Amino acid sequence: MTITEKILAAHCGREEVGPGELINARVDLILANDITAPIAIKEFERIGVKEVFDRDRIALIPDHFAPQKDIKAAEQCRMLREFSRRYNLSLYFEVGRMGIEHALLPEQGLVVPGDLVIGADSHTCTYGALGAFATGVGSTDVASAMATGECWFKVPESMKLIYYGSLNRWVGGKDLILHTIGDIGVDGALYRAMEFDGEVIRSLPMHARLTMCNMAIEAGGKSGIIVPDEITRQYVDGRAKRPYRLYTSDEDAEYVEVREYDCSRIPPTVSCPHLPSNTRPAAELSHVTVDQVVIGSCTNGRIEDIREAAEVIRGKKVNPNTRMIVIPATQQVYLQAVREGLAEIFVSAGAVFSTPTCGPCLGGHMGILARGEKAIATTNRNFVGRMGHPESEVYLSNPAVAAASAILGRIGTPEEVV
Amino acid sequence: MILKGRTWRFGDNIDTDAIIPARYLNTSDPAELARHVMEDADREFPEKVKPGDIIVAGRNFGCGSSREHAPIAIKSAGIQAVIAESFARIFYRNAFNIGLPIFESQEAADRIKEGDEVEIDADRGIIRNLTNGEEYRSRPIPPFMQELISAGGLIEWTRKKVRGMRS
Repeated sequence: MTITEKILAAHCGREEVGPGELINARVDLILANDITAPIAIKEFERIGVKEVFDRDRIALIPDHFAPQKDIKAAEQCRMLREFSRRYNLSLYFEVGRMGIEHALLPEQGLVVPGDLVIGADSHTCTYGALGAFATGVGSTDVASAMATGECWFKVPESMKLIYYGSLNRWVGGKDLILHTIGDIGVDGALYRAMEFDGEVIRSLPMHARLTMCNMAIEAGGKSGIIVPDEITRQYVDGRAKRPYRLYTSDEDAEYVEVREYDCSRIPPTVSCPHLPSNTRPAAELSHVTVDQVVIGSCTNGRIEDIREAAEVIRGKKVNPNTRMIVIPATQQVYLQAVREGLAEIFVSAGAVFSTPTCGPCLGGHMGILARGEKAIATTNRNFVGRMGHPESEVYLSNPAVAAASAILGRIGTPEEVV
Repeated sequence: MILKGRTWRFGDNIDTDAIIPARYLNTSDPAELARHVMEDADREFPEKVKPGDIIVAGRNFGCGSSREHAPIAIKSAGIQAVIAESFARIFYRNAFNIGLPIFESQEAADRIKEGDEVEIDADRGIIRNLTNGEEYRSRPIPPFMQELISAGGLIEWTRKKVRGMRS
């Protein structure tokens, strides 16, 4: 069996499960945010139970339109707060203590290897980087699971993506996953578990693994997953709030498809409008001017991402024709960036350094694009209207390319400025 | 269940930001969401669409976000059903969970033109094009999903289950 099948089997009390089977499985953690939780809360109230299944396993995180951007958003955030109080939930994160959900939960050790996690947010697949099965579901799924502690799943087929060779300078997890999506398309992994493997993955640091699994959904994947190893253990030891279990894939596990990538041939990569699969080498896009640069999101808002951008922009200025917005993903990342002097580097360069929020990634607030404007962002989607006006454009990249582009006022590579 | 209506055509990879842009997600009120349905795919769609209409699209309909606001906006705009070559998986489960009928059929997605009248025999998985007389098959709905539909959606199904657990 694959690691995915083993985790699913363990959570439905079976020895074995196979692709295509519909199962009801026990969930270890349930997650929702200020956009998806309000519907989940209303639906939960219709079920007619007096308690949630476990007050320590439901995380409600206001991060999308928080700090509350307008009155309606404030009303939605209040629903999370009041529900959390009424049911005495231990995992509610108030503004000032919160972070972008998919950066916050691994950082705080609230998801651990071997977990089965559902979240009413498509980027819940991020936690596969820890060797957990994690997938995005809808608000109604969350409502039902809050009452029963269970959720229905179709056991996915697994596909294996193998990365070998050595990584080029300024190439990281973001480039690997954008390159992969460019190769297989936005439905290339539809309904499947994407298992990332190979010598490059086995030495890839955790933040880059989180970035890769985060974007499995952008290929249509049900989940992304990496078999846990010493890097995983080092990351979770000292932060895991619950005991964990390391699962592996068997030698004879079955994969519906296996693809291999020679990393020495993958350059810093950019997804052009309006699909993540529309990839080009960053070096070929120097004709594209940018009005805005965003560094942050659940994809690339961790401390290593902030450091990478700071390394490029240190001692330089944001181009007069461009605005740069840097958003650490959690309060802990923010504090660390302040301690390391990174906040000062960005502010001195003429950039905004913001409190944690999903904000501009989904066109929420904190940097919305006007008609005809272009942005390069370390976020995860570049659909029509994603960051603002339906006639604006978003290009996706890693933090170093985004920072270089902020200096140049156009898409460029770090080599051009460092 | 027989569903009959006029069709609107959309292409491949219609994402949830096109179905209901995030700028409207500071509410979950179905009527308000319906006023912006498919707005970033077709600006005039919210005015043009009539209750009982049917959406026909290509591959990977509903890709992107997990927002249940997407099927809710479609359903509350009065759209009876969505036919597509394929659906993104979270949209697929959301549609069943909230009771929006959806049908996967490559033939139908290829052949139906905008404005065609179609009739869907949901139980038998047959889509009839009343405009050109053709008939298409949709992929069978798995038994568990049929159970969800006949229960009236996931919440009703869960209500029954919770009652069962108590007794």
